[in-house]
Amino acid sequence: MAHQSDLIEKDILAYLKSQEEKSLLRFITCGSVDDGKSTLIGRLLWDSKMVFEDQLAALEVDSKKVGTQGGAIDYALLLDGLQAEREQGITIDVAYRYFSTDRRKFIVADTPGHEQYTRNMVTGASTAQVAVILVDARKGLLTQTRRHSYLVSLVGIRHIVLAVNKMDLIDFDQQRFDTILGDYRQFAAPLGFDSITAIPISALNGDNIIESSVNTPWYQGPTLMNYLETVQVEGENVEKPFRLPVQWVNRPNLDFRGFCGTIAAGTVRPGDEVRVASSGRTSRVARIVTMDGDLPEATAGQAVTLTLADEIDISRGDTLSVPDAPPLQTRFLEAHLVWLHDEQLHPGQSYLIKTSCAVIPGRVTTLRHVVDVNTLEQKQAPTLRLNEIGVGLLELDRPAAFDPYRLNRATGNFIVIDRYTNATVAAGMVIAAAPEILQPQELVAGGIPAPTAESNAATRRIDLGSRFINGDEGNLVDLTEEPGQIEFAVSPAFLDALAQGNRVLFRLRSPEQLPPVALLAYEHSLQCTFSRAGDRINLILFSGPAITVPLDEGADTGL
Amino acid sequence: MSKNLTHLQQLEAESIHIIREVVAEFGNPVMLYSIGKDSAVMLHLARKAFYPAPPPFPLLHVDTTWKFREMIKFRDRMAAECGLELIVHVNEEGVRRGVTPFTHGSALYTDVMKTEGLKQALDRYKFDAAFGGARRDEEKSRAKERIFSFRSANHRWDPKNQRPELWNLYNTRVKPGESIRVFPISNWTELDVWQYIHLEQIPIVPLYYAAVRPVVERDGMLIMVDDDRLELKPGEVVQHKSVRFRTLGCYPLTGAVESTADTLPAIIQEMLLTRTSERQGRLIDHDQAGSMEKKKQEGYF
Repeated sequence: MAHQSDLIEKDILAYLKSQEEKSLLRFITCGSVDDGKSTLIGRLLWDSKMVFEDQLAALEVDSKKVGTQGGAIDYALLLDGLQAEREQGITIDVAYRYFSTDRRKFIVADTPGHEQYTRNMVTGASTAQVAVILVDARKGLLTQTRRHSYLVSLVGIRHIVLAVNKMDLIDFDQQRFDTILGDYRQFAAPLGFDSITAIPISALNGDNIIESSVNTPWYQGPTLMNYLETVQVEGENVEKPFRLPVQWVNRPNLDFRGFCGTIAAGTVRPGDEVRVASSGRTSRVARIVTMDGDLPEATAGQAVTLTLADEIDISRGDTLSVPDAPPLQTRFLEAHLVWLHDEQLHPGQSYLIKTSCAVIPGRVTTLRHVVDVNTLEQKQAPTLRLNEIGVGLLELDRPAAFDPYRLNRATGNFIVIDRYTNATVAAGMVIAAAPEILQPQELVAGGIPAPTAESNAATRRIDLGSRFINGDEGNLVDLTEEPGQIEFAVSPAFLDALAQGNRVLFRLRSPEQLPPVALLAYEHSLQCTFSRAGDRINLILFSGPAITVPLDEGADTGL
Repeated sequence: MSKNLTHLQQLEAESIHIIREVVAEFGNPVMLYSIGKDSAVMLHLARKAFYPAPPPFPLLHVDTTWKFREMIKFRDRMAAECGLELIVHVNEEGVRRGVTPFTHGSALYTDVMKTEGLKQALDRYKFDAAFGGARRDEEKSRAKERIFSFRSANHRWDPKNQRPELWNLYNTRVKPGESIRVFPISNWTELDVWQYIHLEQIPIVPLYYAAVRPVVERDGMLIMVDDDRLELKPGEVVQHKSVRFRTLGCYPLTGAVESTADTLPAIIQEMLLTRTSERQGRLIDHDQAGSMEKKKQEGYF
């Protein structure tokens, strides 16, 4: 590795000093397998001299073995990390790569462009400040270009590079380039990016990557590297009102009580008044404590420890803010949800919602609509599936502090975790606090209101534990003696048992008892058979593949 | 103070956030301490995260019994200075069976003494989270690993089934027996690590600095004769050369480079001017194609 700076050889201390002031830029590259995305990043690593000699040797061997460039150096192989993926010749997950110039350090999230991998792109984009969207000059804007642009705008990226690649294959045709840029500006206008910079490049040959290309005398703009080195993204959160989500309360002894966390927005100094979101109480900052001595000031992005002048109750999950511009503190949210898991959203089911530092049980009460990421059309849907994006209303068991995501990415985000599998199933971005009135009072299944604890004080709660499976109760839930309203509390053991193929018979007294059982099946995606037995009703719940019901023949399927 | 954080300030803040998150969410975390420069930085960050308290977790060193003597001395000194409990684990079964780098080859030796030893220690103490000092720029398969990297109850990593990791929100949920490996300096490069050591004056093992040391040339590498267990093969001669180590591991498997860089700036200068990446000094990565990925799936760090 050879950094260009002559200083390294002549005066290493001066060089190190100059490197201390380097900034950091995180960006994402978006494009399909054929757009030359991995080649582009490989080229950036290569041209910024970040490829070591032994890596080069390995690259040469790999290029001959599995390369797609007929034995010539295949830059893409620098990127494709996992062996199984290499053999398939595609990148299938998010990979992070690093390079630096004398001005900046770069972290690149490399994500795939296939339709089914929206999940990976949103993941990679979540920490990025700039998106490089690759377009094949021969093909122009594709559906996936629109999809990628929508996704990066959704995740809050404000700066776009439209890298029009493979310019060499269209003889560096300026008119074609201008047309693509015009089309893109028109399409992207509603997405509200702060800047769009189009650059004509050839990733394979290096045109306009580091050096201005002699092949594009008509292009006066920056090279890609030049742009990445100079784009201004820092300090965006510094001007906003102060926010500190409390991550950890440091209490080594009775004399010290420090509130640790990463400042999500704004600036803080000793003497500043701060407000606790959960209680509304205020105090003043006494010290900003670090191992290198107390600080006179700390700003967004720093991980700090604050002590306060007063002993007020603050714990992990609380948010400290300026008193006159506090965050939302609410149980009810409207949010964008990106579904990340094979197991679909179950509206009404309890999930864990993890915000900046708080983990709170909550549920999606209503799915307002699903967004078609290709056309941006909104449509109604009963659920969200893998790679789908929708807008939902959420109810949390306890209030938490949020800002709208468009105002602050760091305090407007959350992830959704499945309580049974611990999988991360969704990413959420807060649109606004949802007025309570919008929250449905009852969950609706099949059009019949289900009973809830609030709606009827006489509701009996039946715990469905493992005892109903192969236990004393013998896979039977007998409701025939239940006089009033019922609801079920479901244990993971019960669901696990069903997942392993067990079937449970529910014996019902009357049709009035159908809704809670149907809701149970609905919430946990269980299959259900129904039969009358004299006055009684038998329902069998089991786990199985969903039965696809054609919309116009629903009545004929025998369900 | 400048409003814009420098790259090292941003990396430091990210790492401290990760370390605090682990302590806040896990019941029984541990920091794997390999005594190398990356571990030194990780330990330093942990001290910063909890200052004025010491980090609220022990250090774990999986000792293969073939580490450089200077490493062991340094390890004990650092643990004492930081006020941390130090757990040293040796795979006694491996020792009993006489597994050494010489007799069993580097692949089996590493598996038994490092990977198996690590799993034994994690099982014995029932740690639910283990910090490691790995960086994504070290090796291609690491580039895709999450910062919070899930391990099954038998310590396996499934690269195809990783939890998506968004923003700085980390899913820390595990069932009994399962665990998470946490890599707080994932986003640091080798240069970042050295610059930070320089800036923060973090102590590192003296083996990183050039000194005249007894070495033999073996398989194209300079191996230090750190004790009398290194048997010379026919034709091998112990030479005294000014050498240093770019990476530290088990002495029979770690190649020295000839160097006169005996100060930190000189080391960084040498690193910047050299054209060979750091893991090449380690034999274990070259065993087979995709070897690191295979090891990681089996539970290696």
